[in-house]
Amino acid sequence: MSQATLSELALQIASGEVRIVDLTHTLDPDFPVIILPPEFGQCARFRMEEISAYDHRGPAWKWHNISMSEHTGTHFDAPSHWISGRDVPNNSVDEIPPQAFVGPVAVIDCSAQAALDEDFELTPEVIEAWEHQHGRIAADSWVLMRTDWSKKSGADYLNMKSDGAHSPGPTPDAIRLLVDQRNIRGFGTETVGTDAGQGAHYTPPYPAHFYLHGAGRYGLQCLANLDQLPATGAILMAPPLKIKDGTGSPLRVLAMVPAAQHEGAQQ
Amino acid sequence: MTTPLIPPPRKDPQKRTVSPTRPPQMRSRAALGLSAAAAHGRFALQRCAECGAVQYPPRDACSSCLSLELPWQDVSPLGEILAETTVRTSTKLYFRERAPWRTGSVQLDAGPVLLCHLHGDCEPRSRVKLLNRLDRAGQGVLLAVPLERTPTMEDDPQLRALTSDPKHRRVLITDARNPNAPALATSLLAAGAAMVFVGEAESWRPYPEKPLLQAIDGVELLPMDVTDTASVQKLAGELGGKTDILINNARFIRPGGVLSRGDTGFARDEMEVNYLGLMRLAQAFGPAMCSRVSDGINSAVAWVNILSVHALSNAPDYGCFSASNAAAHSLSQCLRAEFRSSGLRVMNVYCGPTEDDWYQPLPPPKVLPESLSRSVVQGLQQGLEEVYCGDVAKDVYTRFEQSPNILERETTQGVEGA
Amino acid sequence: MRARQSYDGVVVTAPFSTPYQRYSIETAHWWIARALRGSLQSAGLKPLDIDGFTVSSFTLFPDTAVGLTQHLGLSPRWLDHIPMGGASGVVALRRAARAVQSGDASIVACVAGDTNHIDSFRGLLSSFSRFAMDASYPYGYGGPNANFALLTDRYMQTYGATREDFGRLCVAQRSNALNNPGAVMKKPLTLEQYLGARPIADPIALFDCVMPCAGSEAFLVMHEDQARARQLPFARLSGAIERHNAHAADPIQLRGGWTVDIEELYNMADCTPESIDLLQTYDDYPVISMMQIEDLGFCAKGEAASFVRGHDLTTRGDFPHNTSGGQLSAGQAGAAGGFIGMVEAIRQLTDAAENRQVKNAARAMVSGFGMINYDRGVCSAAAILSSEDAS
Repeated sequence: MSQATLSELALQIASGEVRIVDLTHTLDPDFPVIILPPEFGQCARFRMEEISAYDHRGPAWKWHNISMSEHTGTHFDAPSHWISGRDVPNNSVDEIPPQAFVGPVAVIDCSAQAALDEDFELTPEVIEAWEHQHGRIAADSWVLMRTDWSKKSGADYLNMKSDGAHSPGPTPDAIRLLVDQRNIRGFGTETVGTDAGQGAHYTPPYPAHFYLHGAGRYGLQCLANLDQLPATGAILMAPPLKIKDGTGSPLRVLAMVPAAQHEGAQQ
Repeated sequence: MTTPLIPPPRKDPQKRTVSPTRPPQMRSRAALGLSAAAAHGRFALQRCAECGAVQYPPRDACSSCLSLELPWQDVSPLGEILAETTVRTSTKLYFRERAPWRTGSVQLDAGPVLLCHLHGDCEPRSRVKLLNRLDRAGQGVLLAVPLERTPTMEDDPQLRALTSDPKHRRVLITDARNPNAPALATSLLAAGAAMVFVGEAESWRPYPEKPLLQAIDGVELLPMDVTDTASVQKLAGELGGKTDILINNARFIRPGGVLSRGDTGFARDEMEVNYLGLMRLAQAFGPAMCSRVSDGINSAVAWVNILSVHALSNAPDYGCFSASNAAAHSLSQCLRAEFRSSGLRVMNVYCGPTEDDWYQPLPPPKVLPESLSRSVVQGLQQGLEEVYCGDVAKDVYTRFEQSPNILERETTQGVEGA
Repeated sequence: MRARQSYDGVVVTAPFSTPYQRYSIETAHWWIARALRGSLQSAGLKPLDIDGFTVSSFTLFPDTAVGLTQHLGLSPRWLDHIPMGGASGVVALRRAARAVQSGDASIVACVAGDTNHIDSFRGLLSSFSRFAMDASYPYGYGGPNANFALLTDRYMQTYGATREDFGRLCVAQRSNALNNPGAVMKKPLTLEQYLGARPIADPIALFDCVMPCAGSEAFLVMHEDQARARQLPFARLSGAIERHNAHAADPIQLRGGWTVDIEELYNMADCTPESIDLLQTYDDYPVISMMQIEDLGFCAKGEAASFVRGHDLTTRGDFPHNTSGGQLSAGQAGAAGGFIGMVEAIRQLTDAAENRQVKNAARAMVSGFGMINYDRGVCSAAAILSSEDAS
């Protein structure tokens, strides 16, 4: 890429020919986090405490201390997050090469099916049908599963029942297809995890986590605004915080979308 | 007969809220024994260890034999009114604002003559029973009541000034997710509470108590998470001015001691909920409640903490949880001191293991939500500061009172090993 | 037990009362100084002429009699501080008399005085005694009003005394006070006004209560020879008693410590109640005066009400009582309330009581009662004074 291309990109961003779409939820103390059986350690909710607010604690400035888990809010999963990825090289957020954080993205729209079936499964058949329409998923691209789940709030989001959460996700075969045969960079969802709400009942349990991270690939979850992305053609920017040995990180996820495609996605 | 209290009308927004005033607070060290007994609702006086003479007022030496051993003991609370007066003017603002005030002298069957408050239903020169209750200065005072219960006797203004009765008051229970919340709400409403607000954390995940709470008439669920400062402040902003009784039942509990856990994760959660949660609540709700202690029939009156009795002495199976409760217990003492100038009462209800998931591996006896809520309501009605709910809590407290050091050894010695 | 020795040769002189004020911006030191100065001036003495000094005051804090010696420029060889409230006057005299008799001092000034700032009475109450703090004030904080209301309630029930009976005593004292220019109360009081007054602590109403005020009283104690040499009019001390915490087993106070020692008092003075020409009781509440009339032997227990009904208690009556108006009408100037009757008796016996002078007053009884430590007055005392030429 030449200097001219970058300058052109900057101009197109400024002019609106390339749109920046924010795929991030606001970090909010009341935003749901994954719920594990209570005897397990739990994901910390986002919390914010005032240090000072132009007052006796600091007269001219306002600032907060914040606390959360690596896996709170819209967040990135590094390979070291899962036991299958524990020995993968460069498996923590601080070791991942930075070029991995920017790349092409394919969006598989499952929103219609997810609206009808809270346990909708992304299967190889669904992927192949998508490829039939949009072409084969390019190697080293992000694949995002659009479900419009991000538009749910409150109890509907986790959709917890007595047998656990119910939300769409990929089957083991679908993930294996994406990882082994399409060689994707990573997989992202609008739900609280890359796996389905009932993902514990697959073999292996939590197949997205297991296969993605075992193969050194990445995860993104709690994404929003996927309905503003084209099926292909957008560039995703997803750099996690550089946390030493970090298994993941809350982050701001942005996509660059050519305006024409953006409008198309809107429709 | 006592005139029954009627529910107060809505507050006139043009009227200034009456500033809290207090009855006399200063006491000698000896007299604090009466207050300490009143905190537990006990009628106790000093009895000479040598000659057995019951003493009053509290003193440092026996007025019969000059012995210096004067332990506090429960004595018969029965006696007879000798004389009475109705104080219609006082240089002390607290009584001036509440005049007329009936007081009298009572010849106690146990010996001494007491000056005391007289319940309105006491007949002149009649036999009476003495209650030892905390007044709004947090000091033990004596109130004579009729031997037999009279209708709505708890509405007597002099008695009500000594209690934290939930009748006509608005209660905030801080944690809807605690299994005890529905029973607490039900009992408080049955005791005449005007309204029960219940704080609900993380409404995005279901819990079995929710439909139970929603089914109770007079209960309102409102978002609040004691680990989230902003949410506590927000609810205090909305409700702080009409929270008359706050019951902090928020609890985070996991089994385990220091080595069995191996990390500080749950300990941090325990401190966040059990200790810092209390602090957040106090910082958000305390000031408004303190300012409303003289605000009529539905004045702010009490702050209730539900604690593990192992706040007093560690139970190693739940060692880190015990530690967080010890922190909360210590903080409650600080809070009691800070609330004292307003007259807002801190009542700690200490429980043994409760009948819920987290104590499932422990054998009975365990505290049922119903017995806990009964203890809370009775404690409020009696104006107590210390309530021990259930057999385990009472047992631990008895041992603690006798010797904290022996109690520690009893609870930490474990089983016979190799 | 050895018989009490007589007070032969001890005389009292130079009575001085500072006119009372409802509120004062001055201190207790100022009021005490003023009474001392008044007494010394009337005797033609300078401060260093006195070698004995005793003081009673509630509002002198942080000073005591010790601080006053330096403050007032005194150098006594005998010094006392008597914190006995209403019993202070008699007790001060008793102790000074023994000092004079033994030669420990030749001229003793006995002074009592207190100031009354706005709100200072409240402060005085709150620090009065440990038992009061622990076990009395938390109950309605009625102060002495409430304590005496209980005694009055019990007394009325036990002996059938009525509000009218107490009223008679109060009305007579007001009549006496109208002839005392130093009294706080200046208007006459009728029985109707008394009965219709605002209730304070049932059955006590406004005119049963003393008015706290600022004021001071003083007198000098010396040997008769000394008084004669200085040509000072004097009265003799014929007898005196004191008793503390008597009848502790009585559930409520219907009698005082006088009953223990009264016989000895009359024996010392070699007289009977019939030979007493005027009585100064400690009258913080009329019930207490009734109690003294009984306990000092003027009538049987429980009969003071009918005694009051059957006698005229004014200065012109057949039983002159609290001839300056007492505290009920002159005001209660703190510890000076324990001196008011003593100083007035000296005036009466030295023919110095002006237009309230009791005719032919030769023998006076002065009674003191003090310190509601908890539920009752603990200190009681009484003295009999005789005029110079009494038989």
